[in-house]
Amino acid sequence: MIVETGAFALILAFALAALQTGLATAGRLRRSRVLAGAAEGAALAAALAVAVAFAALIFAFVVSDFSVANVAANSHTDKPMLYKVAGAWGSHEGSLVLWCLVLTGFGAVLARARNLPFGLKTSAVATQGLLGVLFLAFAVFTSSPFARLNPAPFQGASLNPLLQDPALAFHPPLLYAGYVGFSVCFSLAVAALIEGRANSAFWPAWGRWVRPWALASWAFLTVGITLGAFWAYYELGWGGWWFWDPVENASFMPWLAGAALLHSAVVTERRGALAGWTTFLALLAFTFSMLGAFLVRSGVLTSVHAFAVDPQRGMMLLAILGVTAGAAFALFAWRAPRLKGGGMFAPVSREGALVLNNLFLTAACATVLLGTLYPLILEAANGSTISVGPPYFALTFVPLMAVAFIILPAGPLLAWKRGDLKGVTQRLVVAAGLAVLLALLGWLMFEPRKALSAAGIGLGAWLILGTLAETAERTRLFRASLAETLRRARGLPLGAWGTTLAHAGLGVFVLGAVVETGYRVEAARPLAVGEAIKAGKWTVRLDEVRIIEGPNYLAEQGRLTVTLRSGAAPREVTAERRFFPAGGQTTTEVGLDFRGLDDVYVVLGERGRTEAGAPAWNVRVWWNPWARLIFLGPAIMALGGVLSLMDRRLRLAVGKRRAAP
Amino acid sequence: MKRALLIAVASLGLIAAPAASREPPPAPDRSLPDAAQEARAQALFDDIRCVVCQHEAIADSPAGIAADMRGLVREQIAAGRSDAQIKQDLVRRYGDFVLFQPPVRLGTWLLWFGPFVLMAAVAAVLLLTTRRRRVETAALSPDEEARLAEIIEASADRRDPDAKSSDH
Repeated sequence: MIVETGAFALILAFALAALQTGLATAGRLRRSRVLAGAAEGAALAAALAVAVAFAALIFAFVVSDFSVANVAANSHTDKPMLYKVAGAWGSHEGSLVLWCLVLTGFGAVLARARNLPFGLKTSAVATQGLLGVLFLAFAVFTSSPFARLNPAPFQGASLNPLLQDPALAFHPPLLYAGYVGFSVCFSLAVAALIEGRANSAFWPAWGRWVRPWALASWAFLTVGITLGAFWAYYELGWGGWWFWDPVENASFMPWLAGAALLHSAVVTERRGALAGWTTFLALLAFTFSMLGAFLVRSGVLTSVHAFAVDPQRGMMLLAILGVTAGAAFALFAWRAPRLKGGGMFAPVSREGALVLNNLFLTAACATVLLGTLYPLILEAANGSTISVGPPYFALTFVPLMAVAFIILPAGPLLAWKRGDLKGVTQRLVVAAGLAVLLALLGWLMFEPRKALSAAGIGLGAWLILGTLAETAERTRLFRASLAETLRRARGLPLGAWGTTLAHAGLGVFVLGAVVETGYRVEAARPLAVGEAIKAGKWTVRLDEVRIIEGPNYLAEQGRLTVTLRSGAAPREVTAERRFFPAGGQTTTEVGLDFRGLDDVYVVLGERGRTEAGAPAWNVRVWWNPWARLIFLGPAIMALGGVLSLMDRRLRLAVGKRRAAP
Repeated sequence: MKRALLIAVASLGLIAAPAASREPPPAPDRSLPDAAQEARAQALFDDIRCVVCQHEAIADSPAGIAADMRGLVREQIAAGRSDAQIKQDLVRRYGDFVLFQPPVRLGTWLLWFGPFVLMAAVAAVLLLTTRRRRVETAALSPDEEARLAEIIEASADRRDPDAKSSDH
């Protein structure tokens, strides 16, 4: 009964989204506040209906109702409760309901926004409703998670064991909040193209309305992607955290477009300039989100992460992508030429720096897009197959970003309209000198010596120091009294602190990524109990292997001791190979020994024999120096986004005072 | 997930083997005795794709064929062949697909140079348009006038006296 309620609620949500679109369109055409108000009510009701459907689905998983096909295919009575609940969004159908929940939920928040002018808001609500109609139709008609089985099986097929991890509870919801958050930017951009006028106060106000959505979505996406990378790092047991896999790329493209959007929206907000470009990016970010959904769910690309591979559904998603993006970009091509104007600026200025930022981010996004889709395009064109992997991105994406990072610290120091390059250089000379010094130090400190990695260390340090130099400049650190500096620090807007944190966090990430990639040490060999293996300065000894029984798996659990070369600082780690009888699958549980910023990463492989014939286990050990920074950096960046979001200027009430008519 | 399946197939020295394991378990990796040669091998493994897997390097893949390919690379290194020769040999056997770095040829020019050409083109357009618009001649718009007045009005109680106009 509850399951049928869920199915009904999902269909109801589809109808309500259609109603929302119709009412908002009629309200906009007739300039009727009553109709527009009804559309907002429908938006709210649609979100509630999807929430009911989602709750019903979770209920079906919690009680293991195997008469529901989706539950039977993805759950099992022995599964721990956390994974029963999280399993609700572990499959294609369930995750699509989550997608719709975020879409309509954000749509409801948009409908409740009070400070938007009538025309813009009503058009945006109509657009958001239309997106809801398309995705809910997809969910209801082709991917319903509530389909019944008759007869119901006694036991479920269980969830892919790789997914049975606490990260499943958080990674998809955060990722989707990011992906789908951009839908509001998309709707606001479409509305602006319909309603917007050139040379008015409209664009600065629009920039202010779209920025919180872009910031929030980008921050969610940052956390979501990082969590996914960390999950892959400790669950796959390959020692790496980013593989330039098509599915990873699919989540990275909206992130890059969103980052460009954040920066370009600042120019639009402050100076009314780049209106057309910002609109374009707002459309692009959600288009990439939809492209990602298509790539992951259609099976056109081979990936270690792909799930629910089904060409038929892929065609549906491609159709949704084609219709929405096609219509939006056609509207853009039609209306954008009228959006000229806005404040003017010299090439060397804050605006100029932000344009440069956009140039690099867009080019970087293009490398990811080409690298992801090119094998498909080439195969379709002439049948030849190629692979695009890490070496390609190391030669295209990385140099582009490196140049962008060299320029980055100068940006926030430049004045609007016309900047003083000489003054900026003077302010950054200390940071630059220190960064070069740290690069040299890195070159001496790490073995083997690598010039490029040392330069990368310098680059990361430059990002952190250059960013802090700007804050020091604004608070007159060391040049005024401490009390004066503190007073100024308190006076700085939250947005400025957000920028500082985000840019410094990027530097932290770069340090981690460069050092881990450049200097990680890997070792592997079969170990009998009592034998040890060396990786760099670490020695890992296999103490014991025993068989343990988990809630829904059997495991070989290895207890290993990690010591420094001299035998000092011993610490015990456990690494497991788990066998899940329900699906007949085996997974690895990595043993991670956190040593300051470094990880000692231990994988217990399959059982074999030593040359003498004794039982031995293939043990693989990585020493990943500074790996902690790889995950810390993005967390700092997301925090920066949250701080910016809390800035007074972006609060709704403040925007109202200066809102355009 | 094919990977998981492959693990299931390739694994199992010990726990209840599922019926599907017809493929013999791969021979355990034997490192090359020379450390420099082994390091070269490891570096190559990261750039060579396992031909039956989903986007996995042979360094990471548990599949039997990946182990065979690792063995092949090590043999050739021990035989004194260069990295380029080894890659050439792999491409001859398996096609361009086997390398994670696609070749630069007519069909992949767009892939390799597209982003840079795009960037250069956009930069050129931007430079041309900004050069045509002179900054000095721009008068303040009514909106800017209003904001300027607001800033001056608000400057009395500003807490950050030398912040740029952007920071109010």
